[in-house]
Amino acid sequence: MGKVLKYSFYDLVRSRWSYIYFLFYLALGFVLLFLNSDLSKAVITLMNIIIVLVPLIGTIFGTMYYYNSKEFTELLLAQPIKRSHIFLGQYFGVAGSLSLSLAVGLGVPFMTYGLLRSNAIFDFSLLLGVGIFLTLIFTGLAFNIAISNENKIKGFGYAVLLWLFMAVIYDGIFLLSLIVFEEYPLDTFSMVATTLNPIDLSRTLILLKLDISALLGYTGAVFKRFFGTQLGFWVSMLVLVLWTLIPILRLKYKASRKDF
Amino acid sequence: MIQITDLHKKFGKNEVLKGLDLTIEPGRIYAILGPNGSGKTTLIKSILGMVLPDKGKIEVLGKPIAKGWKYRKQIDYLPQIANFPGNLKVRELIKMIKDLRNDEGNEELLITTFSLQPHLDKKLSNLSGGTKQKVNLVLAFMFNSQLLILDEPNTGLDPNALIKLKELISKERAKGKTLLITSHVMQFVEEVADEIVYLLEGKIYFKGTIADLKNVTNQQNVEHAIAVLTKTEQDG
Amino acid sequence: MRKSLYLAFGFFLLFTWGVAAKTVEVCESCPVKSIKGAIALAKDYDTVLVKKGTYYEFDILIDKPLTLKGEGYPIVDGQKKGEIIKIISDNVTVDGLFIINVGVSYTTDFAAIRVTKSEHFTIQNVVLEKLFFGIYLEKSSNGKVYHNKIIGDAKDEYNSGNGIQLWYSHYVDVSHNHVQGTRDGIYLEFSDNITITKNTSTKNLRYGLHFMFSDNDVYSQNTFEENGAGVAVMFSRNISMQNNTFRKNWGPAAYGMLLKEINDADIQNNTFEENTVAISIEGSNRITYKDNDFIKNGWAIRVIGACYTNIFVGNNFMNNSFDVSYNSKLNDNEFRSNYWSDYTGYDLDRDGTGDVPYRPVKLFSYIANKTPETIVLLRSLFMDIIDFSEKVSPVFTPDNLEDAQPLMKKRQ
Repeated sequence: MGKVLKYSFYDLVRSRWSYIYFLFYLALGFVLLFLNSDLSKAVITLMNIIIVLVPLIGTIFGTMYYYNSKEFTELLLAQPIKRSHIFLGQYFGVAGSLSLSLAVGLGVPFMTYGLLRSNAIFDFSLLLGVGIFLTLIFTGLAFNIAISNENKIKGFGYAVLLWLFMAVIYDGIFLLSLIVFEEYPLDTFSMVATTLNPIDLSRTLILLKLDISALLGYTGAVFKRFFGTQLGFWVSMLVLVLWTLIPILRLKYKASRKDF
Repeated sequence: MIQITDLHKKFGKNEVLKGLDLTIEPGRIYAILGPNGSGKTTLIKSILGMVLPDKGKIEVLGKPIAKGWKYRKQIDYLPQIANFPGNLKVRELIKMIKDLRNDEGNEELLITTFSLQPHLDKKLSNLSGGTKQKVNLVLAFMFNSQLLILDEPNTGLDPNALIKLKELISKERAKGKTLLITSHVMQFVEEVADEIVYLLEGKIYFKGTIADLKNVTNQQNVEHAIAVLTKTEQDG
Repeated sequence: MRKSLYLAFGFFLLFTWGVAAKTVEVCESCPVKSIKGAIALAKDYDTVLVKKGTYYEFDILIDKPLTLKGEGYPIVDGQKKGEIIKIISDNVTVDGLFIINVGVSYTTDFAAIRVTKSEHFTIQNVVLEKLFFGIYLEKSSNGKVYHNKIIGDAKDEYNSGNGIQLWYSHYVDVSHNHVQGTRDGIYLEFSDNITITKNTSTKNLRYGLHFMFSDNDVYSQNTFEENGAGVAVMFSRNISMQNNTFRKNWGPAAYGMLLKEINDADIQNNTFEENTVAISIEGSNRITYKDNDFIKNGWAIRVIGACYTNIFVGNNFMNNSFDVSYNSKLNDNEFRSNYWSDYTGYDLDRDGTGDVPYRPVKLFSYIANKTPETIVLLRSLFMDIIDFSEKVSPVFTPDNLEDAQPLMKKRQ
């Protein structure tokens, strides 16, 4: 797997898209910090961008890479390499290069603006951690969609739909159910609904460290008690890990059963 | 060398292989022929483990291949469509394949044979179809495996390169290797193959030497012989 | 030689002063060993000087004008038996005592120092710990509560008291005090014309400062931090609130300032930072909010119920989750020339104010008012989208609520 990963990674790191993605974050970081050198404000703005953009890029890049490297995959399939290693290698290659673009792209401007000496470092690391998780999750989901759909257009369609659902539609349904059932205690429901969507979960994790914590206390005591504690944090992390692992395992399963 | 028994494969409702049995003896060159959709590529891919059979058993070098992958080290494969990761340079691709196979290849001679030196530092996405096929050939021939599978090796080659290819094949034959070749160019098949395996409707319709084929069909060249084979099937 | 000179000088001073007012000393080795004894001995306008040491006394009644002064912070330990000092005479000064262990009762509000129906009192430099009520003024006016330190350890509201309490007391100056860990830091009920300046009230269970039915009061330059619910101003008129800092009043139902049934108040130059709700307003009219800073609050201004003719001008609204929230579609308040960090307009004519109005009420804040649980969707893309559409064509939020001249740069 290491070798496949290495080559996929090199392949991607040198591609135009990785540069664009990297430069985008680099520019974003510098512009945000230039406009207001308040680190924690920049972290909030970044969060807004990250929880929307990272899943989108992960999904699109994932599907695109899978379909575009079909021939490479077939070349590899004829080599003495374990099948799962081929797909996992490619997956980690994509997710790795995207994560690297994110981490370095944002890391450089924040370092130059004195992140290490600031107390926003924890928020920033959390942001990066969440960004990397979202990359892993959505690239994984994208690979799953692509491996299950021979038709490229269809695969792309599903991938974009998935993103749209997770980023927008899910919250719309969530909001509607909260309004419709406002007579009932909704703490547990909100907690579960938040946990089930990795985008919402990431957003909540970051916001709890920033401005939402008090606002949550205002309403959902259970919610706050859960997410605001050490336990809640680790449970959330566990859920993110599960969100990462399940697509990977399914990818592995699908890959071992697919004809090329 | 390869022992295939009762191989079945369906793609959706389309039954491509229907109980195929085939024995490949070592040291011979087999041409796998058949009309479009007869299951040639499926058969090859089954041997390579890229297609997973629904039923049946494939043994390579005496061992069943199900779920295995190490046996592929004994097989050199030339895929039909030579498309490679576009960002890589030719030199890097060769290096990569050697690295992936954990094997020393002797690509030097092959590169000279196909005059690929000027292209070594070009990115694969910038190569013409023919050049890509030459790179493809280098990759397939640079290792010294006992079994070589060539899927449409002559696609896109200029006459000069085609001659080189034939030379290469005869060299491999001389080394006592086993080759499986598919091709649409019957003249090419006639020149290189020892045995013909003719697939029809997911089964082996004919297997035998070129001489046998000519005898059975009463034809003077392979092209016509194959045409007759196909026709008899349609008539029968 | 020099030492004896000092001593002589000291005796001289005491002697000359003692002509007007005598000093009664209290210490373990003195003829007078108890504070109560000293007070009994003292004549009007005498000074009772309590030397360093620990005095186990409670129910100390000061019934004549005198100065009770501690030297080196003597400890007065009430052993939790009841009230410690009670003043029922005018012109009493209590200074420099360390008072601990006030009795706790569910029927009587025991205080460390109680002033009853007296005038011209001064309570200063007193340290109170382990208390029930701290300084309790009832029907006592024209006094001063200055530079005291009150440190409680209140855990539940039902068995804790207030730090400084004023009940039917007028014209009192409360300044430079530090109050923490009590129920209400400073509590005013039916007390008018009170000046509260430069106090710090922090970590109190309920309110840092609490007004009920008290008019014409001024509080300025105070700091209210990490209280259960900040400052509550209720049912009062003509309160002036200036240059105060309200910070980190975080948590369920917490706010920097709660205004309930307040009329004609003046709120200027205050800083509200990191409060769940900076100002929660209910039924309050004719209030001017000018030049305040609202920084990183959950809600900066939260309007519940009918509030009319209030003016918000020249304030800085920076990085609040919600700048203004309304629970109705009606608006009779004016927003003018404030700075809003969320403002995305432009200033083509370069006059320092934006060319398009800013609408500070988001649809989301309206939704979150109706269904508080929806707050978990804060900063989600979906919410941003519907906020945007509401901004373009207001349906649920008051459409006349806008700042027509939003500042481009924050007021310094």
